Amino acid sequence: MARTLTINGQMVSARDEDTILRAAQDAGIHIPVLCHLDGLSDVGACRFCLVEVAGSNRLLPACTTRIQEGMVVQTDTEQLRNYRRHLIELLFAERNHVCAVCVANGNCEMQSLAIQLGMTHSRYDYMFPSLGVDLSHERFGLDHNRCIMCTRCVRACDEIEGAHTLDVFGRGAKARIVTDLGMPWGESPTCTSCGKCVMACPTGALFKQGSTVAEMTRDRSKLNFLKTAREERKWIV
Amino acid sequence: MNPDELNRIAQAEQAALSRHEHAINVCVGIACHSGGSEQIRKALEAEVKSAGLQGKCLVRGVGCPGLCAEGPLVSVEPLHRSPPQELLYRKVTPADAPALVRSVVREEPLEQLRIDANQPFFTRQLKIVLENCGHMDPERIEDYIARGGYQALIKVLTEMTPQEVIDALSRSGLRGRGGAGFPTGLKWATVAKATPGRYPTYVPPDIQSQKFVICNGDEGDPGAFMDRSVMEGDPHRVLEGMAIAGYAVGARQGFIYVRAEYALAVKRLRTAIRQAQRIGLLGKNIAGTSFTFDVDIRLGAGAFVCGEETALIASIEGGRGLPRPRPPYPAESGLWGCPTLINNVETLANVPPIITKGADWFASIGTEKSKGTKVFALTGQVKRSGLIEVPMGITLREIVFEIGGGVPEGRQFKAVQTGGPSGGCIPADYLDMPVDYESLAKVGSIMGSGGLIVMDDTTDMVEVARFFMDFCMEESCGKCIPCRAGTAQMHHILTKIQQGKATARDLRLLEELSNVVKHTSLCGLGQSAPNPVISTLRYFRHEYERKLVPELERV
Amino acid sequence: MSKKLRLATVWLGGCSGCHMSFLDLDEWLFDLAAAVEVVYSPIADVKTFPNNVDVTLIEGAVANEEHVELVRTIRRNSRMVVSFGDCAVSGNVTAMRNPLDANSAEVVLDRAYKDAALLRPQVPHDNGIVPPLVARVMPVHALIPVDLFIPGCPPPAPRIRAVLQALIEGQTPEMIGAAMLKFG
Repeated sequence: MARTLTINGQMVSARDEDTILRAAQDAGIHIPVLCHLDGLSDVGACRFCLVEVAGSNRLLPACTTRIQEGMVVQTDTEQLRNYRRHLIELLFAERNHVCAVCVANGNCEMQSLAIQLGMTHSRYDYMFPSLGVDLSHERFGLDHNRCIMCTRCVRACDEIEGAHTLDVFGRGAKARIVTDLGMPWGESPTCTSCGKCVMACPTGALFKQGSTVAEMTRDRSKLNFLKTAREERKWIV
Repeated sequence: MNPDELNRIAQAEQAALSRHEHAINVCVGIACHSGGSEQIRKALEAEVKSAGLQGKCLVRGVGCPGLCAEGPLVSVEPLHRSPPQELLYRKVTPADAPALVRSVVREEPLEQLRIDANQPFFTRQLKIVLENCGHMDPERIEDYIARGGYQALIKVLTEMTPQEVIDALSRSGLRGRGGAGFPTGLKWATVAKATPGRYPTYVPPDIQSQKFVICNGDEGDPGAFMDRSVMEGDPHRVLEGMAIAGYAVGARQGFIYVRAEYALAVKRLRTAIRQAQRIGLLGKNIAGTSFTFDVDIRLGAGAFVCGEETALIASIEGGRGLPRPRPPYPAESGLWGCPTLINNVETLANVPPIITKGADWFASIGTEKSKGTKVFALTGQVKRSGLIEVPMGITLREIVFEIGGGVPEGRQFKAVQTGGPSGGCIPADYLDMPVDYESLAKVGSIMGSGGLIVMDDTTDMVEVARFFMDFCMEESCGKCIPCRAGTAQMHHILTKIQQGKATARDLRLLEELSNVVKHTSLCGLGQSAPNPVISTLRYFRHEYERKLVPELERV
Repeated sequence: MSKKLRLATVWLGGCSGCHMSFLDLDEWLFDLAAAVEVVYSPIADVKTFPNNVDVTLIEGAVANEEHVELVRTIRRNSRMVVSFGDCAVSGNVTAMRNPLDANSAEVVLDRAYKDAALLRPQVPHDNGIVPPLVARVMPVHALIPVDLFIPGCPPPAPRIRAVLQALIEGQTPEMIGAAMLKFG
């Protein structure tokens, strides 16, 4: 059933089951996202897609909030821009993101988001945690320095590949992506080496071995293709 | 089990009790328990036996009477005198047993151990939730029944419709005691109205068609032991509250989520569940009606975030204790996607008396918008610390100075912290403010689950903020960026301030960040984590500013 | 003709790539020379940082004690301080030693002078010759307030030109979009 809502003053028509993000995207309205990826379930973790909804005293994540008839949504207010700037700065200061030496330089969603949000520098002190790189897998690598804990890889591994090799270990700033129960990736008996996690990664945290600075490109649409093919029996390229 | 049977158990138990002349109550709450109260109880039992007083003098373990700072506590209750003149003894050791039993025989108080049971610590309290604590053996269902237990459940099942139960709850004005203060009646009504199966998940159809009741016993605030004391001291009351809730919302399965560290609470709850099942107060066709309700225990691994309802549900489901965005609220999509009622221990413990004594009785206690009583764990720089239950609307001054006896000699009161890591610090100016949800929120704190920490003039407020931020940083689940990275940065800036390495620029950033974390975090943990910083900045800003260094002297 | 803009460029802990990119401005450098007076720079023979500087571009992160002193002088003597390139803005490659030990430079010195040495491994420590490293490499704004940030490793020449052009014309450069902002 079609519903009508207002996004940034523009009347938008959407399906009953749509999220605010979906409705906005269909109407050509851009909402910044980082932990969302078409084809994967949404977790509302990165908080970049927070929007203002009239009548709600809290900001709501556009990726998990379903639309309602007559909803009035603002996606790009002064307040939201300010919050998003802080969030991206927090992210850059949290681990060791050095674009200059990163495989994903130029193909990184976090880097693009920083540009989009007008980040010139991080006001926060860099934390410089000491983190490792797992190069035990013969084809792929996992660099915790560049990981932003969006869990797209975890969801791709679980929901699309069905292997659930990847998960999260620890909590807070100490949370890490792990393979199986924390063993080296190369020794994982469950990993099928399908590479869907690498496809899903927004930064340079997951990469193909052998790629050097700015060489790591990925086709993220493949995940959505697989999901649509499996669930709807439609082979839309 | 029908009403007559219940009455028969109650009468038999009361008769058995009244054959005794005195009851010697040994507190077996966790504080006295760790002070060796189990040995005291054994020593007293042996002493009673050797004095040939079995049958006259009953020695029993009871729940927490509250004044934990003076424990282990023992009280002597004459059973045939009215009004009963209870004698309370402090810091009792097994070696005191002979003297104590002698004093009972002679009916003379044992002066060297005695504490005044009429001091304000006791007289200024009003016990509803804790009414049984200190007066009955938490490991005997008969004791609970003798004190009127399970009457509310039987009444609900035999005389009331679910809607009438919900109406009673709504009329009583009871609000969630977990901290947020959501009207309980409204929550029950929402779950009762919700249709199962609207949010399908990968669980068998027979589960998808259900509703659930969850009791949140994942008490995690540092220094808080309100729910713990209820679960340890009066576990049946929690079960009864849950069963009533199950009847009202249409659930047949309940879960109590308790932290595994609360081993004693878990043990007593397990015993209580077994006892209730055995006499048909839990299980199939309770009280001969078609109502079926059972309770299971799920142990938490001690993560603070699992006190947040969606994280708690994820944990019960067997996943990582991670919160998820609401809506949909658990009332619509909770455990395994089913409509789920989730209430705090203290909230559920308030339910049976509301049913038996009536909604109007409950609504007559407290303030206009905050009804009933609240249990607090009174700690910090205060003479008498312990567990207290006070009517809503009492002032902070009464709690700190009358019940708590004020700060130790030679010190000045500075602030009181309520709501734990999610709450705020309230300065002396607001001591005469009534304790209710709205007033506390107005001064930048929260009711919270009931932690109440008194601070004197030696307290460094920046350090207080840093302590709580350290807690939140450690306990953040790491799912959302503002809470994971934001609390770590807040802690970093606070540490810099303490080390004399921060400038006015850092303080401004700290304030901005507090605002960001508060408004963008996914769940209540992050949303409330900046509260200690915000409230100390509001009332004790000079303490921060005093520690700042000029820009070019930054190390 | 109005007074020429007094411009300083400084090279702290960085690879000088930002200055190389600056020189990539090629013939526009002649226009620049006409509009500014370069009062201090690694490519000018000036020993002490002068007073009354209008704009100072700082390349590189704060990595040793000389840098600490210098940025404080720069702040005192400059109307506008610009973090020039990723090392100044974020620490970047220069700060990649921090995760090894965020509280001491020792681990880096040991690696460079002891572990890798073939003969007589020792850390040189004659005072007053080489400034000691600071425990933790910092971006410039961690130490002093910075007025403008030019990210990039290095910032491409057109980005540098756009900033300088605006500053010469007395305007605040608009740091918006990939052409002006991209890190790396």
